[in-house]
Amino acid sequence: MSDWPLLSLAVFLPLIGALFVLLIRGDEETTARNAKYVALWTSIIVLAVSVALWALFDPSTSEFQFVEQADWIPAYGIRYALGIDGISLFLIVLSAFLTPVCILCSWEAVTVRVKEYMVAFLAMEALMIGVFCALDFVLFYLFFEAMLIPMFLIIGVWGGPRRIYSAFKFFLYTLVGSVLLLVAMLTMYLEAGTTSIPELMNAGFDEDMQRWLWLAMFASFAVKVPMWPVHTWLPDAHVEAPTAGSVILAGVLLKMGGYGFVRFSLPMLPEASEFFTPLIFTLSLVAIVYTSLVALMQEDMKKLIAYSSVAHMGFVTIGIFSMNQQGIEGGIYQMLSHGVVSAALFLCVGVVYDRIHSREIARYGGLVHRMPRYAFIFMVFVLASVGLPGTSGFVGEFLVLVGAFQANTWVALLATSGIVLGAAYMLWLYRRVVFGELVHEDLKTILDCNRRELLYFVPLIAAVLVMGFWPDPFLEVMHVSVENLVDRTAGASVLAQAAE
Amino acid sequence: MHELLVSDLFAILPEIWFAVAGMALLMVGVFTRGDNTRLVLWLAIGVFVVCGLLMRLLGEHGAPFAGLVVNDSFGDFMKTLVLVGAGLALVMSLGFIRREGMERFEYPVLIVFATLGMFVMVSANDLLSLYVGLEMQSLALYVCAAFQRDNLRSSEAGLKYFVLGAVASGMLLYGCSMVYGFSGATSFDTLASVLGDGRDVGVGVSVGLAFIAAGLAFKVSAVPFHMWTPDVYEGAPTPVTAFFSIAPKVAAMALLIRVMMGPFAGLFEQWQQIVFLLAVASMVLGAVGAIGQINIKRLMAYSSIGHVGFALVGLAAGTAEGINGVAIYLAIYLVMGLGAWGCILTMRRQGAMVEEIAGLAGLSRTNPPLALCFAIFMFSMAGIPPLAGFFGKFYVFMAAVNAGLYTLAVVGVLASAVGAFYYIRIVKIMYFDEPADGFDTPLGRELWPVIALAAAVTLLFFIYTGPLLDSAQAASLALAPGGLDGARAVLVP
Repeated sequence: MSDWPLLSLAVFLPLIGALFVLLIRGDEETTARNAKYVALWTSIIVLAVSVALWALFDPSTSEFQFVEQADWIPAYGIRYALGIDGISLFLIVLSAFLTPVCILCSWEAVTVRVKEYMVAFLAMEALMIGVFCALDFVLFYLFFEAMLIPMFLIIGVWGGPRRIYSAFKFFLYTLVGSVLLLVAMLTMYLEAGTTSIPELMNAGFDEDMQRWLWLAMFASFAVKVPMWPVHTWLPDAHVEAPTAGSVILAGVLLKMGGYGFVRFSLPMLPEASEFFTPLIFTLSLVAIVYTSLVALMQEDMKKLIAYSSVAHMGFVTIGIFSMNQQGIEGGIYQMLSHGVVSAALFLCVGVVYDRIHSREIARYGGLVHRMPRYAFIFMVFVLASVGLPGTSGFVGEFLVLVGAFQANTWVALLATSGIVLGAAYMLWLYRRVVFGELVHEDLKTILDCNRRELLYFVPLIAAVLVMGFWPDPFLEVMHVSVENLVDRTAGASVLAQAAE
Repeated sequence: MHELLVSDLFAILPEIWFAVAGMALLMVGVFTRGDNTRLVLWLAIGVFVVCGLLMRLLGEHGAPFAGLVVNDSFGDFMKTLVLVGAGLALVMSLGFIRREGMERFEYPVLIVFATLGMFVMVSANDLLSLYVGLEMQSLALYVCAAFQRDNLRSSEAGLKYFVLGAVASGMLLYGCSMVYGFSGATSFDTLASVLGDGRDVGVGVSVGLAFIAAGLAFKVSAVPFHMWTPDVYEGAPTPVTAFFSIAPKVAAMALLIRVMMGPFAGLFEQWQQIVFLLAVASMVLGAVGAIGQINIKRLMAYSSIGHVGFALVGLAAGTAEGINGVAIYLAIYLVMGLGAWGCILTMRRQGAMVEEIAGLAGLSRTNPPLALCFAIFMFSMAGIPPLAGFFGKFYVFMAAVNAGLYTLAVVGVLASAVGAFYYIRIVKIMYFDEPADGFDTPLGRELWPVIALAAAVTLLFFIYTGPLLDSAQAASLALAPGGLDGARAVLVP
């Protein structure tokens, strides 16, 4: 089975599913029902493929695995090349895991243009998986930017009242960043004569060039992460997107920025990465402290979680740029954990939003009396977000802080304050929504989570707990790849120092 | 004196065919009675098809008539684009002229003559043939713009186009005379050898070059010679606008490239500055100017100005790679443009054209396939991968970066991000806004195949890019032989 083109399968199955959904005919109700089932089963099959990838993955090597190559634009030596290593494997699994969740959570929430909605989500899935397994820069860029189209439509068509503003903001912010990435890509191609990612890692650009390239890439990845001060599209996009859109945005799209840093900036431009580390640390710390404070003052649940995402992604960038084993592993682990936890938090908001149609914190209170199951589920994810030991959030933050401590004590110290603030806003949110008296009339008849909702919450809870109690299977897989990355980065900077 | 050879005549058979067929169509129009517009139109389409066959059969390259014109791969490539663009524009106008009372047989005849002019432009190898081709094309287009003669805006467009076009032709002629006066030659080949590497040419040649560049910039509607474009595009009948925005642009761009890369190749450093500025100004104005437009035809006018800017980026690089990029860009622009104009031509409500962008509101619900196609064209024009428009930009920017024009590349990509705003605004209106009344159905039978084909090519271009890339490369090598040294040699081991 290992010689099956599993990666191409994972990329193109969703597209085939989307094509089938597109071809569904019939009256509105039948179309909607069939579209949902086709989309759900497609995404479950893709999930199975991604699990197969995990099972067949060989953690003892840092080489790219499941590599597929074909000529694509031979005149320019651009190839269709896919492959994964320990870093990208879990991001693929994460994407494949969240898509069925998204489809399930929109089962009843989305009532208009269901067919198009499912097509958009399946296209998103294909592109997300494509981004994480592309081994050619042009191919990567293609997936990376093509994602704007379905996401723009998801926010704009099925979003909230200010959806148009948010969709435009999302689209233009990301596009401006990406086009600079395009210039960087072209420059690297002309310098190194290849667009193959593994070859570019060995290209060795001269240092002046590296700094410009790094900045151009930074423009793109920093918007995606998002880092302060280019994070402002995120709260808008999150708030206005439908629940599933927020889940994908927070769960996977933000990870592309971090992935970009790990895959491109660090190994290809090591000297420049080292040079700009203070910049990254500063921006990340500002993000952690400032957006945590902003999150404290939010009155909208989704907005609060969106700001908390910015703070959590600040940990990711600190971890990655501490450039040591623990830091980078922590950063990646934190990305995975945040992918599950923030996605789940948005789902939690979605559950009450579906019932009351409000995201205002003040509209709720005392939900524990009517919704004990919901209260429990929400609590698990709030605590995971806070980073309670035993949840996935703890492992990531701990590793990041260990890594940061080695790189710079002050950074670690200031970052720790973010954890305290994080606990403050998350627990306060939980208290205001779940505890207290039931004062609002309509909350007195609110229903607890139904079976469909439990169906997607249970695996998420399991993921959070497994990742919290037993991180080893995850860390083991990424270990060798990260080690290789650290060697490469450190090796290059040692060489540079020796040259001076 | 050069002797007239039969082989010379054979070499320009497509042009002769167009000239003879055009006059024959005129006769048919005059001497048949009654409602003969459709007959002439179908015959004109037949003329295009036959010409396509002729071009495939007579692929011989050379410079007939003592080098007055030249047939090379570059010419073949551009002529094919012109032929496809003009032919399909003619097909798309079938329904329009019937409904809008434009039923006069001169219209297809004018298009045929304009195409003849464009063919001469593309293969011009002498300042004289350049001017003859250009005027042949322009005069036909002036009349086309004013073709709805009872319509005030159409007449205004025609007049405006004519007056401004005449000024531009004057500038071009003046430039030609300067160049001739200071170098003593009109043939491109002779000019190239007289001007040499451009070190000891008089200032007069430089002035002449600037005037020629200005005249041609007018024809491709590059900023700051673009003023006529929005007004003419808005005023001219829609299928005529569709025609304007594609084939003549391609022909004029081909001419500009040939003039710059041929006789004035030695003066590269001088014209590079001109082209650089034209490109930057066009990209920026094309992006910014379109934002406030509410009329779709005006918006497309600014969009075409922007596209010309992007194509000029490739020329500014001045390398074979850059020409390759422009050729690819023009081919992709042709497809997107045909598709987008096809969509615009379907915008009819209660029997009248809708030109306001707001008229598209909610199209995704009233007519999902049309909205999908239009969205594909808009995203593609915005340069979002994996659609074809992205690849067009990709190659011109690659050439610019390779030639060290980083500023141009960065300005260009940022302008494309600004420009994306108005393209996605159209998508927003179609997909996010509440539906207005649907457009008249059924759409013209002749529009659907064009739209669907263009959408399929735009969407799936990325899968199989080979043929276009190969022919564009052959075209660029014809103009800049050996220009693929440098980085490209490194790239392809």
